Amino acid sequence: MQIGVDVGGTNTDGVIMSDGKVLVSDKKVTTANVGDGVFNVIKSVLDKGKISSDKITSVMVGTTHFTNALVERKKLQKIAAIRLCLPASDSLIQMIGWPEDLVSTLNPQKFFAKGGYEVDGREISPLDPDEINKIIDEIGTKDIESIAVNSVYSPLNSEMEERAAELISKKLPNVKISLSHAIGKVGLIERENATIINAALSKLAEDIIEAFETALKNLNIKAPLYISQNDGTLMRPEKVKSYPVLTFACGPTNSMRGAAFLSGLEESIIVDIGGTTSDIGYIKQGFPRQSAVATDVGGVRTNFRMPDIVSIGLGGGSIVRENGNKIGPDSVGYLLTEKAKVFGGDTLTATDIAVAKYNLDIGDPGLLKGLENDTIDNSKKQITKLLEDAIDKMKTSVEEVPAIFVGGGTIINKEKVKGVSELIIPDNFAVANAVGAALGQVSGEVDRVFHYSKLGRDKTIEQASEEAKQKAKEAGAVEKSIEIIEINENPLAYLPGKSVRLQIKAIGDLENI
Amino acid sequence: MEKLSLDNLEDFLRGTAFLGTGGGGDPYVGGLMLRQELEKGVDCKLIKGSEVDDNDLIVPIAVMGAPTVIVERLPNATSCIKALRKMEELMGRKATALIGAEAGGINGTLPFILSSYTGLPVIDADGMGRAFPELQMCTFGVYGVNCSPVIVRDEKDNEIIVNAENNLASEQFARVICMQMGTKSEIALYPMTGKQMKDTSVHHTCTLAYEIGKSIREARDTGKSPLNGIIDYFKTSFDKRYCKLLFEGKVTDLLRESTDGWAKGTVKLTSLTDSSKEMTVELQNEFLIAKVDDKPVAMVPDLICLVDLETAEPITAEAVKYGQRVHVIGVSVPDNMRTKQALDTFGPVPFKVYDKYIPIEEIS
Repeated sequence: MQIGVDVGGTNTDGVIMSDGKVLVSDKKVTTANVGDGVFNVIKSVLDKGKISSDKITSVMVGTTHFTNALVERKKLQKIAAIRLCLPASDSLIQMIGWPEDLVSTLNPQKFFAKGGYEVDGREISPLDPDEINKIIDEIGTKDIESIAVNSVYSPLNSEMEERAAELISKKLPNVKISLSHAIGKVGLIERENATIINAALSKLAEDIIEAFETALKNLNIKAPLYISQNDGTLMRPEKVKSYPVLTFACGPTNSMRGAAFLSGLEESIIVDIGGTTSDIGYIKQGFPRQSAVATDVGGVRTNFRMPDIVSIGLGGGSIVRENGNKIGPDSVGYLLTEKAKVFGGDTLTATDIAVAKYNLDIGDPGLLKGLENDTIDNSKKQITKLLEDAIDKMKTSVEEVPAIFVGGGTIINKEKVKGVSELIIPDNFAVANAVGAALGQVSGEVDRVFHYSKLGRDKTIEQASEEAKQKAKEAGAVEKSIEIIEINENPLAYLPGKSVRLQIKAIGDLENI
Repeated sequence: MEKLSLDNLEDFLRGTAFLGTGGGGDPYVGGLMLRQELEKGVDCKLIKGSEVDDNDLIVPIAVMGAPTVIVERLPNATSCIKALRKMEELMGRKATALIGAEAGGINGTLPFILSSYTGLPVIDADGMGRAFPELQMCTFGVYGVNCSPVIVRDEKDNEIIVNAENNLASEQFARVICMQMGTKSEIALYPMTGKQMKDTSVHHTCTLAYEIGKSIREARDTGKSPLNGIIDYFKTSFDKRYCKLLFEGKVTDLLRESTDGWAKGTVKLTSLTDSSKEMTVELQNEFLIAKVDDKPVAMVPDLICLVDLETAEPITAEAVKYGQRVHVIGVSVPDNMRTKQALDTFGPVPFKVYDKYIPIEEIS
């Protein structure tokens, strides 16, 4: 049996799953010490299901805590950033274009040093240990606990970053080190930004992981803990301590994966309706389609993997105005149970409309007396239109596809909308994100430039696929479950030898599932 | 536009992306480099081509390489200045003004970055009026300026001077050197007199970029449709361009392939109002030809620009993705980009996308 937990900004959701079924689920309030919320929800589902803690084989947690810390500029560390690049790629300083308040919070020390690679793998210049040691000595005199290291073309070759890390560890054994190759893809500035964010989160990562581990210990759960990554696969706590930034955007990913699982569909539109916003995404082979463009996190441009989603200001708490002709984008949010009319409040919300329209047993429907049929009809039309427009953006063809509706705000729409072949609201729709966390698989990836002229296309892809599978196995995947789910070929213009950047990803199930 | 400063930078950058017609390299990197300099408090002076003395030395500069490499190996201003100085040394006199070889994409920002270092004014003109992938695809060369000598150099002070038999050969030799330098080089090329610059340039392209960007922003700010902002702008623009909405659709297919060293591809769009209507846009670094139901509606060198349906933000070929909803806009180019010599160099025939050039305003 696995436990899946989703730690959101407002609620912490939990489920226990066994043999591909949800046995029991619950929601608790997210606490200031996130470990307490996790403890509460796990205790509750164990009690509700009358399940003994030694029956649990693994615990998977998805959390938006790190994203929120960055957005709120809280609990961030002072950092140093070293770029291995000289004499090239020094024309933009680190953290250029960042919001000023974030830069002043991090108070970064910035360094350039010799190193880095060319696109064809040659060194721009060799790493100079003396130069790096001098930089380390200077960092040692400042009050810095975390260092980001980024070398030009590190996604093609990580060696120099690793050598720099060794030198740092020797002189400053207690300083945390974030290496860019493990975080981002080609695109020096975006990758560096993500690496610096990661460095700033490293202390928080230790605290959070400790809080989760303490919660499990107090519940007497000895099963291993896994944390969700942004692509729906899992990491061990040790890796999260080093690479917390990889958890960014795991929330929408988990809810999409959970929705796919609960509905049994592999390819579909997913609509996750919360209290304030709806996220609309697309799953293919059970995994969310990834965004192709650079993504902003807390005002910083990055290039790491994010699900391709459209967010609209429509949720259960969306405020209804102008006789139903305007819905949202503002919402009463977590105050729904105080402010909405069915709960005795004075604000007309999308939830009130749903209660009136579908005769739902929520709050006190009697409080909606005097609500005009006109208002209900107009509101419903607006809700449908908002959903239809957003769904249309995510579709790649005019053909109708099924749509799965999940999330706590799902009640506001029960009808099939235009462009959708079938509307599916699965059981346990309100805890789809925790289900998604519990479903996490482990992955292995290869992302490098290959030259097809050496071995030919087929042989090259075959070898790279084997490498990805091997990495998945090292991450804990059961060998027979490993499969390749993604092969992206990006030809590199102007380069000789039929150069192609190959991105291959293998995933597999964890043991014990 | 008389100068470039932090006040008009964002508009200008949006315009260079528009003129990039999908290519020309990520304007983000060039934009950051420019912002970094302008934040030090300098303004870059922009002058008209006509203000330059006929006998002055004018040296176009550019960064050469693959767009995919420039995001790791950033363009280097110091190396670019050294290329300029080397060219001055070869010509035996000082350049009095800077000019870009290419108005679209990252090279649209480069002259201003250098201006912030050298204090030299930037001429409101360029040699492409948009973005093109090769050095010979330049009006300077079309109208008789020799591309050679080309100074090809990098940050390590590797510096190779190409003297080739013709402009195509200049491109071919420079390309090999550029690859050896890591597929990113700073170059100075097409050295010319003020008179030659006046006769061979595509004029007012920096101002054009700024005003395109401004028209989009002002439309957004006043709640007007940004698309109409662009179209209305071209109705009254100083050089009277023909501008037309070619298509309103959604990206439904995306094919990318590598052929003959090019990043080629096809974008397929389906109309938002009539799902049986399709547009295909063929690209080779830049968008080259747009067809509706297999009939061309716009072709190179006329501009074919994809912009976001709601914001009208220009979309580069690399950023095109499935499901994106876009407007495809066509804009005519000035007469000196449409002569026989010009079309023989950068028209649909040399790009092998169509057998003859049809100006955008002549296609119904």
